[in-house]
Amino acid sequence: MQAPQSTVDPSEIAKFEAMAAEWWDPNGKFKPLHMLNPCRLDYITQQISGEFDRDLTSRNPFSGLRVLDIGCGGGLLSEPMARLGATVVGADAAEGNLPVARIHAEQSGLEIDYRHTTAEAMAEAGEQFDVVLNMEVVEHVSDPLAYLTATQQLLRPGGLEICSTINRNAKSFAMAIVGAEIVMRWLPRGTHEWSKFITPDELCDLLSKAGLTPVDRKGFLFNPITWGWSISARDLSVNYVTASTKPK
Amino acid sequence: MDNPERKRIVRRMKNTSDILIVGGGLNGPALALALAQTGFTVTVIDALPQTALQDEDFDGRGYALALASQRLLQQVGVWQHVGEDNAQPMLEIKVTDGHAGQGPSPFFMHFDHAEIEEGPMGYMVEDRYLRRALINALENEPNITMINQRTVVAQNVDVSGVTLTLDGGDTLRGQLLIGSDGRKSGTAQRAGIKRSGWDYGQTALVCAIEHEKPHQGIAHQFFMPPGPLAILPLPGSRSSIVWSESTATAQAIHALDNDGYIEALRPRFGDFLGDMKLAGKRFTYPLNLTIANAFIDERMALVGDAAHGMHPIAGQGLNAGLRDVGALAQVLTEASRRGEDFASLLVLQRYQQWRRFDVATLAAATDVFNRLFSNNNPVLRFGRDIGMGVVGSLPGLRRSFVREAAGLTGDLPNLLVGKAI
Repeated sequence: MQAPQSTVDPSEIAKFEAMAAEWWDPNGKFKPLHMLNPCRLDYITQQISGEFDRDLTSRNPFSGLRVLDIGCGGGLLSEPMARLGATVVGADAAEGNLPVARIHAEQSGLEIDYRHTTAEAMAEAGEQFDVVLNMEVVEHVSDPLAYLTATQQLLRPGGLEICSTINRNAKSFAMAIVGAEIVMRWLPRGTHEWSKFITPDELCDLLSKAGLTPVDRKGFLFNPITWGWSISARDLSVNYVTASTKPK
Repeated sequence: MDNPERKRIVRRMKNTSDILIVGGGLNGPALALALAQTGFTVTVIDALPQTALQDEDFDGRGYALALASQRLLQQVGVWQHVGEDNAQPMLEIKVTDGHAGQGPSPFFMHFDHAEIEEGPMGYMVEDRYLRRALINALENEPNITMINQRTVVAQNVDVSGVTLTLDGGDTLRGQLLIGSDGRKSGTAQRAGIKRSGWDYGQTALVCAIEHEKPHQGIAHQFFMPPGPLAILPLPGSRSSIVWSESTATAQAIHALDNDGYIEALRPRFGDFLGDMKLAGKRFTYPLNLTIANAFIDERMALVGDAAHGMHPIAGQGLNAGLRDVGALAQVLTEASRRGEDFASLLVLQRYQQWRRFDVATLAAATDVFNRLFSNNNPVLRFGRDIGMGVVGSLPGLRRSFVREAAGLTGDLPNLLVGKAI
């Protein structure tokens, strides 16, 4: 199958295809993502429950919500959203990720619509979602504004987009590239291109230009003592996340 | 991975409950209640009939519940069923270095709950009242199913859950299996989890006494050369005795008739409680330390004695178990609320990480304490007496011991500080 026309850099897709089989091994190559995941999920679930007035202590709190997970990979975010009751579409431009994600969802007894497609293709087809999860993707695309505009078009008026990425400064270079890729070998070398990193101000500017209203931004902080991640209201120096709404 | 046979099996099986708990003693039901409260469905399987667990007569056994444990029991709706008259607050703890036959030495440490603002250091509750309260609480909880008088003969873990086979051949299915089946945990054995530990060569003699003089809510711990002796205040003029001796001596004492038994006990702590007599049955428990080499496995976790059977020197067994309960319930609930597969190793690792350090510290401290005090070496004895004098005279240090005794130290799960998850 021909990959649809998109802003995804073809050399980036190949890199992830090579890593796809390892998605669900908590001690494998995606260990840093598995470690970060509870923190990402805490942010996502809190934002969604706040925006759509849902009670996280109830069963299936997200039922009735249509969620799109862009760059779904092995389904690390799609599965939790489905477990919380949402109707989930997981989209990935790397075809190799999809069988892994499908097999795992079936093992978990979850129904998730995994598609080999891009945000741009889905926007063109007129798909609409209550929530778009756009996590750790924007630093890999060649035209961030065109990409973010497509994600905006995928939202219903009043919908919510969560977008996370990596800041561009000396510390993020040290942590994400020297630390994670070279020293710790958490990620294969060349996973990230530092020049594609975006600062929080730049991202909020891009989101606004794309037609969204940024409403929140927080940092994801790694603590080398407890070896875990936490959400920070102040420190957005390396990994950070934003929430934006589409005007009604 | 793509095995059609396996997929067919996975699809066919429907869950009995989200979580299966093997072991219906104290920690299992407490955990079931904590989990049911946050929306999980739970099945508890126990080999004994429920009637055997709620003996009407006082059998002499009691628990020293640290304040933190009492708070957990309150949160999960058990404490309300104990009844105020059946819980004796522990207001003070006196620790004394004793000589057998001579009663306690003049050096002692005294801890008073008045040094902390939270309340008494804990409560003494008889076994029968705690069990009855647990059973009452279980009956009021629609998310819990009790299966009594059945034993587990096999457990099988696959990619999406656990299947338990009971005697008689029927099966139960859940996403997560929890072993709260004691220090000889079959759940751990079937998962191939090995244990480490050693025997102390000591046996605890446990009984309750009725005494002439009031105990005033004071718990006593005497450190005697053969082993520690604890006198823990029960409601009324009664106390629970936990008395450790070398196994040979303990067996000899246990073989005595009731009068002989009391005569053997009396000189060990003197006559400050006046005349005394037995107020229930007598029990013996061999003292050994047994810690599971892992607290978790694929879709499985261990709590209480199944994870760590400890020397009951300070009554810490149940308290440590309830810390497991609080930590595991919190880890599973938080994972479930953020949509994670709560039974995945990734999630269970958080529980193990939380509990293993605490358990290792407690086991080591208990062990060192016991070795330091259970001997007649005059040098150690002198050191002990000086040490007790020092701790006893420094308010800051004393306060931290009181907080430790009340179970208020360390990284506490929500339920143990009296908060919902």
